[in-house]
Amino acid sequence: MTMAEAPGGTRAAGTPASVSGPSGPGAGHAPGDPTIVVRGLWKVFGPAEKRLATSTEPVPPNSELRNRYGSMAAIRDVSFEVPAGEVFVVMGLSGSGKSTLVRCLTRLIEPTRGEVLLEGEDIRTCSPSRLRELRRHRFSMVFQHFGLLPHRRVIDNVAFGLEVRGEERKARHARALEMIELVGLSGHAWSYPDELSGGMQQRVGLARALAVNPDVMFLDEPFSALDPLIRRDMQAEILRLHHDLGKTMVFITHDLAEALRLGDHIVIMRDGQIVQAGRPEDLVGAPADDYVADFVRDVPKAHVLTLRWIMRPAQPEDPLDGPSFPPGTVIRAAVHAAAATEKPIRVIEDGRLVGLVDRAHILEAVGGSEEPGGSEEPGGSRQPPGSPAPSEPIG
Amino acid sequence: MAAPSVGMLRRPELRLSTGAQLGLLVVVVAVLFVPFRGTWNLAHHDDASLFKALNGIRDWVDANRTINPVFLYIFGPIRSGIDALSEALTFVFDHLSWVAVMSIATALGLALVSWRTALLVAGSLAFIGLFGLWTEMIQTLVLISTAVALSLAIGIPLGIAAGRNDRFLRLASPILDFMQIMPAFAYLAPLTLIFLIGPPSAVIATLIYAIPPAVRITALGIRGVPSETVEAATSLGSSDAQILRKVQLPMARRTIGLAVNQTIMMALSIIVIAALINAPGLGESILVAIEKLKVGAAVEAGIAIVLLATVLDRVTAGLSGSPADEHRLRRFDPAARRRVLLVAGALVVGGLLGGLILHAGTDFPSAWHVSIAKPVDQATRWIEINLNPVTDAAKNIVSKYLLDPLQTVLETSPFWLTIAGIGGLAYIVSGRRATVAVVISLAVIVLLQVWEHAMQTLTMVLVGVALTMLIGIVLGVAAARNRIVSAILRPINDAAQTLPAFVYLVPAVALFGPTRFTAIVAAVIYAVPAVVRLVEDGVRAVSATVIEASTSAGTSRLQMILKVQLPMARRSLLVAANQGVVLVLAVVVIGGLVGGGALGFDVVAGFSQRNFFGRGMAAAIGIVLLGVVLDRITQGAGGRRSVGSVARRIVFGAASNRPTAM
Repeated sequence: MTMAEAPGGTRAAGTPASVSGPSGPGAGHAPGDPTIVVRGLWKVFGPAEKRLATSTEPVPPNSELRNRYGSMAAIRDVSFEVPAGEVFVVMGLSGSGKSTLVRCLTRLIEPTRGEVLLEGEDIRTCSPSRLRELRRHRFSMVFQHFGLLPHRRVIDNVAFGLEVRGEERKARHARALEMIELVGLSGHAWSYPDELSGGMQQRVGLARALAVNPDVMFLDEPFSALDPLIRRDMQAEILRLHHDLGKTMVFITHDLAEALRLGDHIVIMRDGQIVQAGRPEDLVGAPADDYVADFVRDVPKAHVLTLRWIMRPAQPEDPLDGPSFPPGTVIRAAVHAAAATEKPIRVIEDGRLVGLVDRAHILEAVGGSEEPGGSEEPGGSRQPPGSPAPSEPIG
Repeated sequence: MAAPSVGMLRRPELRLSTGAQLGLLVVVVAVLFVPFRGTWNLAHHDDASLFKALNGIRDWVDANRTINPVFLYIFGPIRSGIDALSEALTFVFDHLSWVAVMSIATALGLALVSWRTALLVAGSLAFIGLFGLWTEMIQTLVLISTAVALSLAIGIPLGIAAGRNDRFLRLASPILDFMQIMPAFAYLAPLTLIFLIGPPSAVIATLIYAIPPAVRITALGIRGVPSETVEAATSLGSSDAQILRKVQLPMARRTIGLAVNQTIMMALSIIVIAALINAPGLGESILVAIEKLKVGAAVEAGIAIVLLATVLDRVTAGLSGSPADEHRLRRFDPAARRRVLLVAGALVVGGLLGGLILHAGTDFPSAWHVSIAKPVDQATRWIEINLNPVTDAAKNIVSKYLLDPLQTVLETSPFWLTIAGIGGLAYIVSGRRATVAVVISLAVIVLLQVWEHAMQTLTMVLVGVALTMLIGIVLGVAAARNRIVSAILRPINDAAQTLPAFVYLVPAVALFGPTRFTAIVAAVIYAVPAVVRLVEDGVRAVSATVIEASTSAGTSRLQMILKVQLPMARRSLLVAANQGVVLVLAVVVIGGLVGGGALGFDVVAGFSQRNFFGRGMAAAIGIVLLGVVLDRITQGAGGRRSVGSVARRIVFGAASNRPTAM
């Protein structure tokens, strides 16, 4: 099997079941609604694009597109929703289409088919001037290789977005200085980008994206070009900024650890399709296929999975005076309590006992067993009771 | 999945290898050559019907120039516009004393580059003045300024368009290619027909040659801006104009500076040869000296051109330079920078005032003139007497064993057989499209009635290319394998590539007198540096792993060169051959001035003698067509053009195509 042919069975995972609400383009946007809604998005590169864009005929598989038309579909029927205020991670290896996807969302690349609703407005039908307006005020982007202007000082790089939308020099400099301070670059405002380290340059990129006070930030592998240690710092920075400012962020990465650390929700892409979408623990606990399973194999389960994933129903003979935790507790957090007692841990949700966790299971999860939660349960499904199905819509 | 494996198992199509095809071609041509030898030769006639017809056209143009609307409303205004521009510049220089010109130039060197450059500028200009060539230099400067101003005004906007628009680049590329392949020498004649002889024609000839690098390098600069940076600006809502003004132009500034530098150097090389159509200046000095075989005077004028080229190159190189330079400049202590600018300003003011106070004229004081013509003439005579055995031997060996036999074959072969043979060669190495271009070009040469002279020129070009490739490959391989050789050759190559081809005729004449061989020597001197550089780069690009693997397999040094390095550098060698052919042709035809004969001489004679206008025009077109033939064959041999090679061609089109000036 070649990379081009995705296993047919996983396609369904990319099509959220609940995306059926009749909110057409430009429909009113309520505060609780998802910030971004993507429906049936396609991007075909090559001569076949023009024809496929204007027709509704089914797009042939990539092997046929390539051989017959010299074309290639980089995004194949992708749909998802990004809830307001979340960090939404798109993860995939190089060539999986994730960078194309994020560029389609901002129309840096024109999508071939589908809808992209930004707060209810279909950006695909925007006029060029309306699109520019959106870019100037509503969303901004951070790039892998920073994309800074080497001939401008840091402050003028940060102020660039304000400058192109016509703000006065004094006002934009004041705002830029604020942003420079926010990302921890105080004192470097008058340096040139090439005088800064890679990590600091990306802070400039962040500040530039934040300066326009966007509703949504798109981050295209922002830390991939950085050293591992710097990368950790920058991830912490993102979490801090997200906590302080509450921006909706769409974060592209090829690094699973990064995705698990930052993402409220994650989609995994492969060959232009979504193979799985869910919360970090869903991906680790219940990989949709071998591809995802391969990805998450080396993830320390105890750091991601919660007690819900390893608890078992209480039996009459169980002692019920052990320590108690809510089901959403990460396993690692329960290790100390488990070590202090022989008794099983009680999992309490809304004051009700929903299950028990044996010490052995905790140790097993911490020790890195291949099949956490369930493999020993007779006929055990890999889905914890009461947890959302992995293919459930996010948000 | 299954398809490729079937393909691999299938036997290869029954097809002759390229080598076998070439062998077959040679055999077939040879077999036909023997019985038909000496027939269908198309001997040259000075009063061929076409030449007369072209004379007739010239007469018609002369008679109707003042009444025909095309001339009246299109060509006339262009001509007078250019005239006015150069008149205006002449007016400015007429009111500047030599002291003022010198101090302004020195101040520019100081402000744009460094103290050392400023000294170089002052010294070079002083030398030109001492040689008594100041006025000529100013005339050359006026023409260059006119041509460069127009080239940049046209070339930079087009370059920006080509940088931002793929379709425009694809459309413009072949046109730019053609503009650069044509030897300037060849299009002077048609230009004089329309714009008369004199500065306007010279400036337009320069535009044809200097615009392509301006377009190409500007486009390269715009395209060199990382796409992510443009995306970043777009994603912040910049308009197209904002992206151009705030991102692309500032980031391409240095590259556009390089475009200015290159345009100036090209302009210089053409302006010099435009002396043939009465453009005044240093080119005229060299032309007059060469025609009268006054080697001493030619050397003086040649040195003056070299000095002027150096000055223009060094000063404008300050506009381009590497990003590292920019770094340095920016870190430059602002106080020191201010001091430098202050000194430069003082120099300008001092020069202007000094000129007035000293009552310095516009010309360098003749009392100070120093001539080296006499010692050079003496040295030349000494060479003639003492080196005669050596130079004569070289000349005779090449003539007897290479030039004469080849020329005999090409002259006595029936024209249809020659066309078929060359066409067959084109088909084998370059495919069908190239063959069509080659055969049509050769057929038109027949119709132009310059076939015999074309074959003579072709002989010289082929011999020149063979020598160029031989020397170029040896030096290139040596430079690639030996750091010391490379360190010695690099600066020489750099310097050699900034000089106008015209200059190379001078040492060749000094050594070999006016003969066919002289033109070939000048062409070889001119073309070798480009070939050396391409070969060196190609051999260097062979990966270190392959070298290590071959060494560990016990390869000897010679085996390494012949079996590993040269085969792997094949692409570079083919590009080098293509460049070599174009460069050699360019100089061989100028060799018409120094006894080269054939098409080059026909063109030169066409400028000076009315009766020969038609023949010169036909010969000029013949040169262009010969260039197309040679370029198509060698370019096709370079293989399919990958994306990389297209990009490389954009660069080479500017950097290494550059010497094709004439």
